[in-house]
Amino acid sequence: MNEILDGLWRAFLLLVSLDAELYEIVFLSLRVTLTAVVIASLLGMPLGAWLAINRFRYRRATIAFLNALMGLPPVVVGLIVYLFLSRSGPFGVLGLLFTPTAMIIAQVIIITPLIASISHQAIRDLWAEYHDLLISLNTSKWQRIRTLIFDARRSLLTAALAGFGRAIGEVGAIMIVGGNIDHATRVLTTAIALETGKGNFAFALALGFVLIGLAIAVNFVTHLLSKTERTSRW
Amino acid sequence: MTIRGFLLGLILAVITTVGAMAETMRMAVTTSFNNSGLSDILLPEIKKDTGIDVQLLIVGTGQALKLGRAGDVDAILVHSRQAEEKFVDEGYGTYRREIMYNDFVLVGPKDDPAGIKDSKNAAEALKKISDSKAAFVSRGDDSGTHRKELSLWQNAGINADELNTDWYRAAGAGMGATLNTASGMNAYLMSDRASWLKFANKGDLGLLFAGDPILFNQYAYLPVNPDKHEHVKIGLAKKLEDWLVSEKAQEMIGSYKINGETLFTPNAVPGKPAS
Repeated sequence: MNEILDGLWRAFLLLVSLDAELYEIVFLSLRVTLTAVVIASLLGMPLGAWLAINRFRYRRATIAFLNALMGLPPVVVGLIVYLFLSRSGPFGVLGLLFTPTAMIIAQVIIITPLIASISHQAIRDLWAEYHDLLISLNTSKWQRIRTLIFDARRSLLTAALAGFGRAIGEVGAIMIVGGNIDHATRVLTTAIALETGKGNFAFALALGFVLIGLAIAVNFVTHLLSKTERTSRW
Repeated sequence: MTIRGFLLGLILAVITTVGAMAETMRMAVTTSFNNSGLSDILLPEIKKDTGIDVQLLIVGTGQALKLGRAGDVDAILVHSRQAEEKFVDEGYGTYRREIMYNDFVLVGPKDDPAGIKDSKNAAEALKKISDSKAAFVSRGDDSGTHRKELSLWQNAGINADELNTDWYRAAGAGMGATLNTASGMNAYLMSDRASWLKFANKGDLGLLFAGDPILFNQYAYLPVNPDKHEHVKIGLAKKLEDWLVSEKAQEMIGSYKINGETLFTPNAVPGKPAS
């Protein structure tokens, strides 16, 4: 128990002391995960919408497959991305292994199915409501997707935040493709794993609390900026 | 502010490039080199003297050799002679250069239920552990330390298949995680001295046996062969090697202490590497 309190206290000290190394790690965590969320949203949301309004032969199988991909084991994704980006792999010439870009690629693969699945669910419900209207207005497919995405933006925000949540706390994949290199690819989760390995539980916990605080801050700011969940409005 | 505006701002905010202007090279090292804290002392000096930013990948020897084979690092610093020689023979490394050595220690519960404290040598200590069936945690991850431990069991007359019992637990993890496991189970284990001294969660564990020369652990530096991977920075790897064997570096390694204990003994031979 004392270690938890000690961890909280050290987290506080780290934050107020403006520890340069901590802020470097925090900044990289944010940069990698937010970039991954933006890319995954740009891929996943239109895909979810497209799946919601189209009827095709293997639709059920496709959606079931997409839902299953939500449970992709990050370590396996990391290993596959590693093998592709390794100098001996097909994309080795790019020299991307052990860079933040490699970490972003792995996270995009992990969270795109999650964002697409939640988006699909939200847009499907909305499509049931809008179907007759949009059909009678003789809208094009692209117009329908845009309308649905815009009107489902609150649910899509939840999808993006779910993706953010999965990515920011992820350690298995980015450990493999990033390598946890000090000052280059070390992020909060891999630093926590490293400190735990050294038996520095209090410091590891302190980083953990910083990570939790960061997730809360990002969610809060997102709601603030998108003006959702205000007391005066339903 | 619309969501679109927010997202655009977000994209601009996150797509920034980190400028790494200095010359960088990647080196795969074993956990003990980093856990000991020696790398924290050496890296800033390397940067100061040679201008090289050395990016460390902290992995087990098995994985370090794998990274070298794939050409994902420019050099490796590991401790598993047989595996290193194979690495060089197969042409993945140009040669191996010995830098320093440290030693392994046997750690276990302070009350020492197997009574290994006064053993004459490592073989006797391990024999006592296996005779008393006291819990023993192994790295079990094909690292240099793991291979060393297996060879010690062999040396004590205990075959690998005899270790397939319930008192011998393979953690399949790095040194730190294995120390955590042993600490939680109050079990025996073999650790390198540096990781043990730096370890902060010792619990009821204590250092029980050390000093047998068979426990010495030689570290060697192996540049990755540019004939196999032409992109490797052989020039930087050579520069780093020259620094590591320099008088200054060897002196720094030899004088590095934790709690007043010397951890590494430098033994690089100046001049051209032998093998």
